[in-house]
Amino acid sequence: MTPTTELTHAVRVRVNGVPYEAAVPARRLLSDFLRHDLGLTGTHVGCEHGVCGCCTVLLDGAPVRSCLLLAVTVAGHELTTAEGCTEADGSLGPVQQAFRECHGLQCGFCTPGFVTTITAFLADNPEPTEDEAVGVIAGNLCRCTGYQNIVRSVLRAAELTRDRNRSPGPEDA
Amino acid sequence: MKPAPFVYHAPETLDEALAVLADVGQDGKVLAGGQSLVPLLSMRLASPAHVIDINKITELGFVHADAAAVRVGALARHAAVERHAAAARAQPLLRQALQHVAHPVIRNRGTTVGSIVHADPAGEMPAVLALLGGEVEVASRSGRRVIAAADLFLGPLESSLRPDELAVEARFPVAGAGERSAFVELARRHGDYAVCGVAVVINRVAGRLVAARAGYLSVAGTPVLLDLLEALTGTSAGTPDGTPDGTPDWTPDWTPDWTGVDAYVQAHLDPDGDIHATAAYRRHLAGALTTRALRAALQPALGEAPDEAVA
Repeated sequence: MTPTTELTHAVRVRVNGVPYEAAVPARRLLSDFLRHDLGLTGTHVGCEHGVCGCCTVLLDGAPVRSCLLLAVTVAGHELTTAEGCTEADGSLGPVQQAFRECHGLQCGFCTPGFVTTITAFLADNPEPTEDEAVGVIAGNLCRCTGYQNIVRSVLRAAELTRDRNRSPGPEDA
Repeated sequence: MKPAPFVYHAPETLDEALAVLADVGQDGKVLAGGQSLVPLLSMRLASPAHVIDINKITELGFVHADAAAVRVGALARHAAVERHAAAARAQPLLRQALQHVAHPVIRNRGTTVGSIVHADPAGEMPAVLALLGGEVEVASRSGRRVIAAADLFLGPLESSLRPDELAVEARFPVAGAGERSAFVELARRHGDYAVCGVAVVINRVAGRLVAARAGYLSVAGTPVLLDLLEALTGTSAGTPDGTPDGTPDWTPDWTPDWTGVDAYVQAHLDPDGDIHATAAYRRHLAGALTTRALRAALQPALGEAPDEAVA
């Protein structure tokens, strides 16, 4: 076979507030674009056909599967990955902190997808019931934890988010 | 698990998109939400030479509820249709069914029109469009035409769209005053494709049950419709104990013929077995899910406990 040069497209996006640009073939999946082209390996790739939920990122704030999107199709949009779910100073965000406190991860492979999904969910629903906490993670597979601790993590993350939003600074305490 | 190379088109207007489609014909595939197409590309079950991405044609992202129909544009995401309050009031079956379409994260990106013209026999929305007698408007460079749901689904993953046509809008008729609906399905895991699913619509006029219809998914290569009025009431004229003078409702001791409904459904469907379920199990499910859905739709009149199937 003669090697052919595949046409590339310049894709500009903002990821976690930072502008990026890379020239990629149209067939580049967003998950691969983030990991290979931008070097943002916080987004994990599991099944690569939309079932496992590991690669979930936020597209303009809404959770989507990055393995089910072409990078070219999200050019010009705003993305948030697990790396962007921290506090402004880089310390653990409320969802990350809750997973740590509640032992919501073991191997950690699936965790980025949970963190992004739950972050978006809590923005819409700051006081979820346990049933709603189960519902929000139904599209994410974890093979280590048995989910009990992840459900606890969702509820704990909701508490932490409410606390952090409520206390603007130590001088107000 | 990576798509084969293709030529990428990202038209910014409908006219541009139709020009590309006219040009590439059979070799082109339209990309809207991509929640079915991208995995097909990744697994190389599909390798079109051209992909026409319509995500920049934002005027196709509408959801409108007017007096006759809920109109859903080609780029309206499932999530937008599901959350649309006026659409849910005008045709409650839309939200009832959409809650079963994959996971919320998939619904954030997948489009309702895309899932209809994808014509997956396990898809919820083709069955809903078929049951409601809706239609799809398609456009090509040579003009527009309207395809009734009955003429849309030809076989598994096969619609009657021509290669140069783009589905621009789906129209779901609004529910009448006496109509109630319900949707139930069974999937091995939450959010998976259903082993079997059914949408039902019943209609009551002046205290009489005058219609009871069901639309099935995952029991054949295309959506299947059944008229259940006679099986449910024992008469094609509606509820036997109904009160023709208009006083509501049917007599409280009227019991629908559930055994009859179950038997009728099982006798009139001929599902195939596959890796997920035998034909016999799927047939049994169709009967059981139908009575469950009808109970949910009839529930206020029958005075039974509320059923989760009615959203």
